[in-house]
Amino acid sequence: MVLGYYCSYKRINKHPVSTIEQEPELLKGLANSDKRATETIYRDNYSMIQSFVINNNGSADDARDIFQEAMVVLYEKSRDATFTLNCQIKTYLYSICRRLWLKRLQQLNKYSTQVESLEEIVPVEEEIEEHEKKNNDFILMEHAMSKIGEPCKSLLDAYYLQKKSMQDIASNFGYTNADNAKTQKYKCLVRLKKLFFAQYKNA
Amino acid sequence: MDEIILIEAVERYINGEMTQQEQVFFEDLRKNNAEVDQLVVEHAYFLEGLEKYATIKSFKHTLQEVDTKLTAEGVTAIPELTGKAKMINLWQKYKRSIAVAASIAGFISLLTSGLMVTYTKKNGNEYYSQLVEKINQTNQQLIILNSSKNNGATKVPDVKVDYRATGFLIDGNGYLVTNAHVLNKMKNVYVENSKGEYFSAQNIYVDNNLDLAILKIDDTAYKVITNLPFTIKKNNADLGEQFFTLGFPRNEIVYGEGYVSAKSGSDGDSTAYQLTVSANPGNSGGPVINRNGELIGIITAKDSKADGVVYAAKAKNIFTLIEQLKKDDSTKYRNIKMPASNDLKKMDRVQQVKKMEDVVFMVVGSNN
Repeated sequence: MVLGYYCSYKRINKHPVSTIEQEPELLKGLANSDKRATETIYRDNYSMIQSFVINNNGSADDARDIFQEAMVVLYEKSRDATFTLNCQIKTYLYSICRRLWLKRLQQLNKYSTQVESLEEIVPVEEEIEEHEKKNNDFILMEHAMSKIGEPCKSLLDAYYLQKKSMQDIASNFGYTNADNAKTQKYKCLVRLKKLFFAQYKNA
Repeated sequence: MDEIILIEAVERYINGEMTQQEQVFFEDLRKNNAEVDQLVVEHAYFLEGLEKYATIKSFKHTLQEVDTKLTAEGVTAIPELTGKAKMINLWQKYKRSIAVAASIAGFISLLTSGLMVTYTKKNGNEYYSQLVEKINQTNQQLIILNSSKNNGATKVPDVKVDYRATGFLIDGNGYLVTNAHVLNKMKNVYVENSKGEYFSAQNIYVDNNLDLAILKIDDTAYKVITNLPFTIKKNNADLGEQFFTLGFPRNEIVYGEGYVSAKSGSDGDSTAYQLTVSANPGNSGGPVINRNGELIGIITAKDSKADGVVYAAKAKNIFTLIEQLKKDDSTKYRNIKMPASNDLKKMDRVQQVKKMEDVVFMVVGSNN
């Protein structure tokens, strides 16, 4: 598997907000889910993607969807220790978005050959494939989560997503003590697991 | 129960939280019992999946927060085209429709002039009357939808219930959105969920211009809901977009569906939509949810002279409201979090409604 891409550092940005020197720093921040790094990347790249999508048969909502999906791809990559980005974040995001948007257009049968590509692009097919696989797992888990019902959903959410302590959870959800909350959490986990694997068998 | 003990052990084993002795014992068990071994493998795989799900989910949440912030700053706004570029863009976009319109206009003008000629010849000028209808300026009267007196028996023991309306959660910590006119009429506000539980609530922010308000449930009996199923649409809804709404025109939750019929409200009010849906007193403050599970509006009023003409405040105004609230009282309400993940997107309608029922509340109160 190719783990990095080679492309030149062409500066197209008229008002560069983050410089190339800062980019590895930004990626590190992104990998640690740092909000400020995420915001900087978002701020620097959003409007480019928005005008690309709008100029190619899309709406502002489509642009937001595509951009956020590309951000997830970049996030997944940034957390992978073996990954090094050998081109600008901007180029990478643009390439991912372009690929995702072409795919979306094809699915909608709106395919137009006029997809405008004045910007530099790098090959990202492998990334997209890998992301789709991960995204499938994500959707299966989300589906299982949505079927589990309350209070299980909120309970698992508080423990696994918001990383709250059992003490906090017990007081928020009105359990008499942390042990009771813990038992309830395990019960919920067993249910979620059943729902999750049931989908696997059906798929 | 046995399964739970076993799973707890498996989890401690995977996380390396066992003592040396326990570990040896457990590994022995694993070796001799294929079922336990399989459970360990399966559970490790499942936990890894859940962990990945959690990281991506919370990253998506961060993205949504960043997006909301940047939208408020105007960073994500679509740049307006100016001058020549705009004209070219408009021309390219509309040249087909312009061509069609022009040819239709040409055809119609030929037709009418032809008719005029034949008609004038036959009847002469004296009897010619223009076929233009005089449109009366109908005095559109808005009835505020929350004025219903509650006749049924009430479950709140110590508060007299004079008014009833609807509200819904925008933050699982107990923040609800409803109409400003709802709260202006009420004292001693209570909210009731679909299970029939009552909670006392405080009015924390009212914007009469937008006709929106925020309530906070301050009851200790209230249990936090960490994940709301819908998201709030930041752009305008489309004409003809279909939606459903939930509300309390009676003492029980009532479902309604309709479509967006105009992009402005009464008298061209650009902060509202005109909807075609059935709504009655008590529906005020009800959420308007589109097919993708996005909140597009909040039911506010209806036209008393016309059938099915209902007005709704635009959902994006909620963002304005929250910004103002944070500005006015930055310390206390800084951590209000808008819903960021949409569970409704690919569900069928019945499932969507089921999910939404948990977050739609009846808002009741006594005479002011």
